[in-house]
Formats: sequence, structure tokens, C-alpha cells
Amino acid sequence: MILDGLLYSPEHEWMKVEGKTARVGITHYAQEALGSVVFIELPEVGAKVEAGEALGVVESVKAASDYYCPVSGTVTAVNSQLFDAPELLNEDPYGRGWIAEVEMSEPEQMEKLLDAAGYQELLAGEDK
Amino acid sequence: MTEELKKTPLYQVHLAAGARMVPFGGWCMPLQYRDILEEHRAVRERAGLFDVSHMGEIMVRGAGAESLIQGVVTNDVQAMSDGQVIYSPMCNENGGVLDDLLVYRLEKGSYLLVVNASNKDRDLEWIIGHAAKDTVVEDISEKTALLALQGPRAADILRTLAVFEPDTMGYYRFVRGEVAGVGCLVSRTGYTGEDGFEIYLNSGDAPGVWRALLEAGEDHGLAPAGLGARDTLRLEASLPLYGHELNEKITPLEAGLGRFVKLEKGYFFGREALMRQQGKLARRLAGLTMEDRGVPRAGYQVTVNREQIGWITSGGYTPTLDKYLAMAYLSSGIMPGDRVAVIIRGKEYSAAVLSLPLYKRPPKK
Repeated sequence: MILDGLLYSPEHEWMKVEGKTARVGITHYAQEALGSVVFIELPEVGAKVEAGEALGVVESVKAASDYYCPVSGTVTAVNSQLFDAPELLNEDPYGRGWIAEVEMSEPEQMEKLLDAAGYQELLAGEDK
Repeated sequence: MTEELKKTPLYQVHLAAGARMVPFGGWCMPLQYRDILEEHRAVRERAGLFDVSHMGEIMVRGAGAESLIQGVVTNDVQAMSDGQVIYSPMCNENGGVLDDLLVYRLEKGSYLLVVNASNKDRDLEWIIGHAAKDTVVEDISEKTALLALQGPRAADILRTLAVFEPDTMGYYRFVRGEVAGVGCLVSRTGYTGEDGFEIYLNSGDAPGVWRALLEAGEDHGLAPAGLGARDTLRLEASLPLYGHELNEKITPLEAGLGRFVKLEKGYFFGREALMRQQGKLARRLAGLTMEDRGVPRAGYQVTVNREQIGWITSGGYTPTLDKYLAMAYLSSGIMPGDRVAVIIRGKEYSAAVLSLPLYKRPPKK
């Protein structure tokens, strides 16, 4: 399940951009691979991040995995609903399961990301 | 899955059901069919069906069978009657646990031992090594499959397929009879903390009985369940898992299994070491509940005032209790109610010490 109008990273994050702000989450593919999410470590508001750097850790029943920020910038908001309801990442990864918002310091980095068709192609390769 | 991993008789059935397979103890096993938490809840609320055919089964027969087993396990085998099952640790000379197992007394001079998959070869060598000429030890693991039907609806489901009435079996008793037209050994035992049955049968019969159980269980909400749910269920029930709560460096007394250690029964491997340790435990298995939100996992350090006082043996999110819980070895001075810190990725997360078990199923109404 891939939505149009979003940008995607090869690490299975999605980004929705409005002006200089990017809202970030993990894709349907990522949440399915993880299984039931039981906990997510969120970044701090105000934290500075670099493209490709881990924003935090998402924990499923069996494992803990890093999740990454596709662009550089400053964290301006986090989805605190995920504290009590980490299952939102599984149930609604593109909607209520959004993770953080980042004010981009280098918006040109978006050009390196994939569009829906590009991400679709990536997944097709991965399933082999 | 690589070719080196062993497959149970139900391997193809699991693949066809879309199970996610993982390596476990040298076997290719189903971790989950749909979702670990969903399967866990199914077992607590209705029933789940597990393929645990990877476990090892060893027959011990002959005039010397009883004394052989009595000499290697800590529990009392001599007091057993036909049709009874007991749980017991098996120790080395230092009182360290080599394995934990079930002993089934089929009749005088004939016992079935059920051991952990990962320890089977070593257990076999140990037992054969101590057997006298009047005892025959036979590994029947490969021709034996094992299904576990667990949950409050288990008896109702089994009743539709068994020639015997499941409720005639008390806890830790077994019968031999037909299930779905196939000869089985069925015991009222399990590893989930719920009522349930473990069904031993010939490998070739396993796929047919598995399917028959799923079909009979459909109206009762029976779900196939994998190792993921098996682990979360046994964590809540606070049942030990070899390699986590038990290993060769840990004694059954430290693990809280003293009621399965019958020091008065006479000589057994590890008896002297355990007698010396009685009342002098330096560490003990306890429970932990996270107070800061974080997931406690096996291997994580437990500290008080920045000093390590223990480590976590098993932990995670537990769906029935809706809490982040763990079992841990803690220095003996630490008591239930005390506050400790769990180190998760280098940071301290507060937890409270609990006594075990973490979960006890509500009494049947």
C-alpha cells in the first residue's frame, strides 16, 4: 500500500511536505515487516537531525529497530499519541500513526527521495 | 530457510497457512501465522493450537529405568503412579541445570521423557552415559510429533474428536486413546498458564490431526499459534525457558523451582551442591514491572545506584496484563516493591520488583 503525493526513502519512511515542514512516518511495508509495534522511542522536540540519522527506535514484540529521518532539520513536533497507542503505527501508518514533524534545513535533499512509483519499484525488487 | 534447519511434519502446512518461519534450536518453526499479540489473546480467551514437534522425546525402559531417571532428575520419580506426569529440572554435579523436562510414567519400568529441542542430543548422551545394562534408552523424537491445544475452550474442542472424556484427566495426568481416529498420548499439561492438552502422535499422523483440530475448533474460535505467542504466554505465566531463566550456571533453587527439588529422596546429580546452597542463595529469580515506559529484554542490566545487581532473563510487552514486564535474576537482598533501574540502550528506566508468577489465570467459575 503506497500513497501518491508522498515522498519515500529506501529505509521505508514516508514524508508529507507542506512548505518547509516535513511530516515523517514509516510505510505500510515497514509496519508489516515489524509485526505488532509495542513501543516507539520518539525524538525530542527541538532536536537537530541529519539526513539518514536515526530519529529513534521502534520496538515490535520480537525486536528493536532504528527508524531514520530522510532529511536534515529540526524536530518541531512529535505524535505523543504513540506513547499510549503504539499500535497506530500498524493500524494507520500514513495517518494517525505519523511520528514527527521536521523543519527542513536543506529542502533540496527531497530530490534524492523516491516518489510513489519509485518506491513501488523498490519494493518489487525487495520481494524477490 | 536454509537446508540445515530441521523441519517438523507440519512444515508444509505452516507454509500453506502463510506462517512467518524462523530458525529456533536448529529447527524451522512458525513464529506467527497472523500476529503474535492476536494469537496470544486467542489462547487466553478461547484456544490456540501450537506445533511443538521440535521437542525431544526419549523412552527409558527396563528394570533399571526408575533408578536411572531418579538419579538424574531432581524431582521424585519413585512416588509416581501410572498415568502421571511430573516436571523436573535435571542437573550436573554442581547443581547447574542441564535441562528442564517432563517425565511420563507409562507403567512400571517404562517412562517417556520430553526434553527441550536444543538440549536433546546432550540430554541423550548424559542419560545413556549413566544407564546400566538393564535399561534401554531410545530416542523417538523423529517419529513423534507434538501438538499443544491450549486455552479455556481446549477441553470442549478435544471432546469432539477424542474417544475419551478430556475432563477425566486431572492436571499433570495423561491417557492413551484416539483423537480424530488416530492413536495418541494426551496429557493435561502445557506452557501457557491456561488449561490445555499436549498431544503426542506419530509424525505421519500429524497433518491430519492438526487439520481435524482446526476444523473442530472453528466454532470455538481456535487459532493456530506460533512461537512468538508461546513466548509471550509463558512469560506472563512466568514459566522458565532454558537458555534464559535456566542454564548450566544457574541452579533450580535460584530459579524458584525448589518445589521440584526433592533433596530428601536420596542421591541425584547435584544434590550435594543444592543442599549446600539451601538458605544461602546469592541471587533469585524475580519479576519486574516497568514504571518508565520502555521494553525490558533478555540480557539487559538491572542496577541500583548505578551498580549492577542483576540482569533480565526474559521480558517484553504482555498483552493480557497490558504492561511491560520481565523476569530477572536479582541479588538476594532485593525484595518485591523495591525500585530498580533497567538499562535500555545506555539509559536508566525505572522498574518495580514483583514476586512471581506475573500472571495467574482466573479460577474456573
